[in-house]
Amino acid sequence: MRELINGAQAIVRAAIHSGCNFFAGYPITPATDILLYMIRELPKVGGVAIQAEDEIASMGFCIGAAMTGKRVMTATSGPGISLYSENIGLAIMGEVPMVIVDVQRMGPATGGATTVGQGDIQFLRWGTSGGYPVIVLSPTNIPECYNLTCRAFDLAERFRVPVFLATDKETALTLATVNVEEFKPYPVRERINAPVEGEFIPYRVTTLDEVPLMSPYGNEHVLRFTTSTHDEKGQLTKNPEAVQKLNERLAAKVELHLDEISLVKTDFQLDAQILIISYGVTARSVEEAVIQARRRGKRISTLSILSLWPVPEAEIKEALTGIQKVIVPELNLGQYRLEVERLASGEIEIIGVNRVDGELISPEQILADGGLL
Amino acid sequence: MRDQVTSFLDDSLLPYFFCPGCGHSIITDYLNSALVKLQLDPRKVVIVTDIGCSGLADKYFITNTFHGLHGRSVTYATGIKLANPELKVIVLMGDGGCGIGGHHLINAARRNIGVTVVVYNNLNYGMTGGEHSVTTPIGGVTNSTPYGQLEHPMDICQTVAVNGASFVARTTSFNKGLPELLASAIQNDGFSLVDIWELCTAYYVPNNRFNKSTLENSLAAQHFSTGILHQSSSPEYSQAYRQSVAGEAGKIPMPARTIQPKYQSKLDQRLGIIIAGAAGKKINSAATLFCRGAVLSGLYATQRNDYPVTVKSGHSISEVILDPAAIKYTGIKKPEVMVMLFKEGVNSVQRQLAAMNAMDTIIINRELLPIHTKARQIVVDFNQTGRWMNKKEYWAIISLAKLLCETKIFPLEAFKEAVSGRSEFAEDNLAAIEAGVIMGQ
Repeated sequence: MRELINGAQAIVRAAIHSGCNFFAGYPITPATDILLYMIRELPKVGGVAIQAEDEIASMGFCIGAAMTGKRVMTATSGPGISLYSENIGLAIMGEVPMVIVDVQRMGPATGGATTVGQGDIQFLRWGTSGGYPVIVLSPTNIPECYNLTCRAFDLAERFRVPVFLATDKETALTLATVNVEEFKPYPVRERINAPVEGEFIPYRVTTLDEVPLMSPYGNEHVLRFTTSTHDEKGQLTKNPEAVQKLNERLAAKVELHLDEISLVKTDFQLDAQILIISYGVTARSVEEAVIQARRRGKRISTLSILSLWPVPEAEIKEALTGIQKVIVPELNLGQYRLEVERLASGEIEIIGVNRVDGELISPEQILADGGLL
Repeated sequence: MRDQVTSFLDDSLLPYFFCPGCGHSIITDYLNSALVKLQLDPRKVVIVTDIGCSGLADKYFITNTFHGLHGRSVTYATGIKLANPELKVIVLMGDGGCGIGGHHLINAARRNIGVTVVVYNNLNYGMTGGEHSVTTPIGGVTNSTPYGQLEHPMDICQTVAVNGASFVARTTSFNKGLPELLASAIQNDGFSLVDIWELCTAYYVPNNRFNKSTLENSLAAQHFSTGILHQSSSPEYSQAYRQSVAGEAGKIPMPARTIQPKYQSKLDQRLGIIIAGAAGKKINSAATLFCRGAVLSGLYATQRNDYPVTVKSGHSISEVILDPAAIKYTGIKKPEVMVMLFKEGVNSVQRQLAAMNAMDTIIINRELLPIHTKARQIVVDFNQTGRWMNKKEYWAIISLAKLLCETKIFPLEAFKEAVSGRSEFAEDNLAAIEAGVIMGQ
């Protein structure tokens, strides 16, 4: 059984299957389809979906709703992420579980509204003050739009942190034929609220990497939420010990649990000395390029990264074992290549295949620019 | 029965941290009196603040609280109310927040969302060092207007009143009736705003020799009246939203339109097809039906559309790829087939046209001749199609039927089945396919 479907539709369906019941967004090409589908579909499951007055309000609505216990999502493109920035920081600080879809288009600024790009990849990681971690997943195809959206909701529940789905105009809006068995619902964990009995201390933890239990507004307990540096009761504090403990925990709760987040796809060939590392829509061109290269007798391995942030360092290092040349194709001027360069030893040659003219990187360009012809 | 709540303030945190004589202490006390008067369940109240000295007020309350970013308090409050309409949501914001968040204030009023905004309006920024705000009177001295304010002060009350707020009042912190006024605002179902003028003893008072009487004179000089300025009974948004979507409940969200392949295609390699058309001529929908026909025939299909932001004028291009195997890369560098229908689309496909060679096929509207190409040209003359001559929105279907007759990419029957769905256009689409078939004979 097959379906003619695009990434935007797959993301919306996954969100609803994952229990999403609140959405706020602002129209922006090429993410508008997600807003429109959510506005039409969410009321069918008793949810609320609204077009806000701007991107700042979209985030504000979602954050407020999340703290009442809703499972929330918003969607935008690069220029919208710029406006999301301050509230991304707030969501990190207040520990708000939420899913943010970035349908990337070519930048900078308004750039090319209807052209594909992958230029937000470092921006998503470092797009708010303080530099604290977020989680970024990136689907390479339409089934993964579905599967990773489900996973994004689960990780948001697990870590109480904004989880991004970094996709792009091509994946979101180009119709494609999918075998429906490839849609694999990923179970999203139920939220366990703080026990109704006893005292509720909103940010009390016992270990350095713990994620505190929530209690939604309107429940048995009174909830104190703040964007400022706070103590365990959610009261502003400048006590250096409490501040250090909080800030370290905001990083540790994510970074000490890479085993629960890291997700890659590998296609390793025995004794290959060439490795192609890619993500998102570009990974699809890599799959075709590799078939062609192997036909020519090249021995070549690939690593597609589905969880871009935190960087799946162990998986990348393992893939680099025995490799002499790494090719990193990206629809930007070499952003994720920086992470590969950081992890690769000086002996390894690293080649970027980059394109910022609004066209996709073709399999032939990877072969030519990567020196595989 | 819950016990009577005698105070909504946490006594252990008192006295307030505000400056001596600051109006914030008075307003916060009066808000407490209003809550005591209303006897709301503290667990069903959320007090939302943002940045500025007013943002220090939430910590004293035993209700739920949310302390957010500068000027955004109204957005968090809107999200909370939209998600859980049974909560009483009260925003405490300063005149600074009304400036940076003015857009949110206007839109919250437009929605008449059930949120009460209490403006701690002390005519300048107290927290950051006495800079001017949107409410600083003309001539007002602040640390960022040392030679006097030149900008016109914003009338917060009229701004929200003309934009849909359903309860608007202005007063000063010296008004002993403030608890009752705040209680009325909180009891209003829709969007309420109470603008409370007060003294900033740290900055505005010393900078302007300001006091109770000059504050009251300033209100009069600016023709800012006080009291309840506006009341209306328009529907509250979170309720209105639920009523407007009630009919959708229980419908299946995002139903899948699955396709079970039942025809056979002889296509043995990837085929790129570009349809160059014009806006409003159903190019994209014809291409999607063609793709469905291909999938019904066991092929994989992708479709990428390109059109200008002005959707009713200019070009409309569909790029279709058909392949017996799953399609990964979705670009077309050189199409094997081009369908050229309207002049609006011709310019947009020149690069791909130039790449085509003698093995490739072009179906072209006679009116677009001549073109320079090495590809085989199949000319279609829509003037010879009888009733279809003036039905340009069916030319894409006709041409694609013609293409199937010429190339046998997949069975015509599959295309017919694809267009025979629930669409109101099914009958005309089928007839258009027949027109394309006849054209081939």
